[in-house]
Amino acid sequence: MLETGRHLPTNILYLEGVTVSFDGFKALNELSLAVAPGELRAIIGPNGAGKTTFMDVVTGKVRPSAGTVFFRDDIDLTRHDEAEIARLGIGRKFQKPTVIESLSVAENLELALRGERGVFTTLLRRHAHDAREQIDAILARVGLAAQRARPGGALSHGQKQWLEIGMLLAQSPELLLVDEPAAGMTDRETELTAQLLREISGEHSVVVVEHDMTFVKALDCRVTVLHEGHMLAEGTLAHVQQDERVIEVYLGR
Amino acid sequence: MTGSPRLLNDAASRWLLAGLGMLILVVPLLNLAVPETSPFHLSTYMVSLFGKYLCLALLALALDLVWGYAGILSLGHGAFFALGGYAMGMYLMRQIGSRGVYGNPLLPDFMVFLNWQELPWYWYGFDNFFFAALMVALVPGVLAFAFGWFAFRSRVTGVYLSIITQALTYALMLAFFRNDMGFGGNNGLTDFKELLGFSLTSAATKNGLFVGSGLALIAGFLLCRWVVVSRLGRVLVAVRDAESRTRFMGYRVEHYKLFVFVLSAMLAGIAGALYVPQVGIINPGEFAPLASIEVVVWVAVGGRGYLYGAIVGALLVNYAKTWFTGAFPEIWLFLLGGLFVVSTLFLPRGVVGLFGQRRQPPPSAATGGNN
Repeated sequence: MLETGRHLPTNILYLEGVTVSFDGFKALNELSLAVAPGELRAIIGPNGAGKTTFMDVVTGKVRPSAGTVFFRDDIDLTRHDEAEIARLGIGRKFQKPTVIESLSVAENLELALRGERGVFTTLLRRHAHDAREQIDAILARVGLAAQRARPGGALSHGQKQWLEIGMLLAQSPELLLVDEPAAGMTDRETELTAQLLREISGEHSVVVVEHDMTFVKALDCRVTVLHEGHMLAEGTLAHVQQDERVIEVYLGR
Repeated sequence: MTGSPRLLNDAASRWLLAGLGMLILVVPLLNLAVPETSPFHLSTYMVSLFGKYLCLALLALALDLVWGYAGILSLGHGAFFALGGYAMGMYLMRQIGSRGVYGNPLLPDFMVFLNWQELPWYWYGFDNFFFAALMVALVPGVLAFAFGWFAFRSRVTGVYLSIITQALTYALMLAFFRNDMGFGGNNGLTDFKELLGFSLTSAATKNGLFVGSGLALIAGFLLCRWVVVSRLGRVLVAVRDAESRTRFMGYRVEHYKLFVFVLSAMLAGIAGALYVPQVGIINPGEFAPLASIEVVVWVAVGGRGYLYGAIVGALLVNYAKTWFTGAFPEIWLFLLGGLFVVSTLFLPRGVVGLFGQRRQPPPSAATGGNN
């Protein structure tokens, strides 16, 4: 959600020449990439192409050895840690669905809701009185209203994926990074997930890392192909699917 | 449900408080008001023994706050307990005054024995009860803060953290064994005479210490409840169940761990301070790694992550220990080990998990899930 009064940035996310090496192996090799505000973007690529490392760099889990990463044009993300980056407005969904197993669905969302994150604030102050309405709205949106009192650990795999997406919505970040949301979902769930991601883009910028081509097609958005840590091609899915190099390294095999 | 006052909204917590309340009323009555000839009379020895159990229960409660809720398995909580005990012991030593064996009005006996001429600087102030009482919580708190600051910032978790907490208490034990540390070496501090002017040998003082320990346990329980039912309590559970998820939600995980670790260490220190006048001695044995591991067994047996479980576990295991070490001293350690294995394998929610309705599923792995 863009706050009123703040200027609209040219790019919500901008990477230039980003290199990450682990013991000499370059997980990212001079990667440059720009995502516009409100854009929905899919990132595809074979295993080891650097998709997850890209997310690690943006969310502060991994520091690049070279290159620059900017959020909203002027925030240098390499200078912040995970918690700060989350507070700046970048949310992340893990590949393996990760929810708080012993807390109820509603409590999971409550923790994710926007608000102060300090130790003493959480000890002494309650949530804003509209917290419940916000939680209800998100529960309805991700289709978990009937599950609100169940512990997170009792949900099915697909429901956990949805709860985690709901937690991201509760955080209301400007930029959402979503790692393989369709993994382990049924066709119907996959379709609904694609629809939900399309809906929330515009309001938020969304970057989706995905393997599943049907899902990427359903997202109907600009696609970036990564290979060996750098960008191979970018454009519509139809466009990249015709790119010779893409066919050679990825789709053709 | 979000943030409603639910300090005492579960039946088990109310039962526990009622039980503790009864205990601190009935035990002194049975000791002081019932004549010694009556079969219902409780000996003063038993009063102190129960008082000791209550202090150990407070220590177990402190451990459950960090282990059961934040997933920090501390194998060194005995260190904070012992430091609180030493702070109290130093006050009690200064209270002896010139009644020691050597009759030195300023120096405790062991310093005279070592031919020390003056009181070390860190013994100053301990003749004042309020200063000593402050140190009881402050010294463990500061140590926990310094330790936690480095450990949690460097993201040391799981078994690695447990090992360094164990090393911490072991290092302190070795240090306190040394005579030139100025804490009485391997004999520790003992021969206490009085506390705030009350003779430690009188039945009335022993009953007073028992009631004080009971009230401290109740207050500690309410404080911990207040912490775990707050929004902060749910953040702690989130840290235990999915640490990186919590971090990516924007919570400074290390700050939360540090807060709860320091609070827990202070509670452990208070427990140690109440324990020492009841047993009459504090020595470096309290820092022994095994002593800290025993606390983990109490919490595991009672049931981790409920607070009242830790208290029930500490009381049960220590009562069993007193009985068995009297009746069959040679098998106690095997029994303690067996108890831990059985409760880990068959009672993942501990003894309290056998009863009543469960709202929360049990915590998954020994130190909380993680990715």
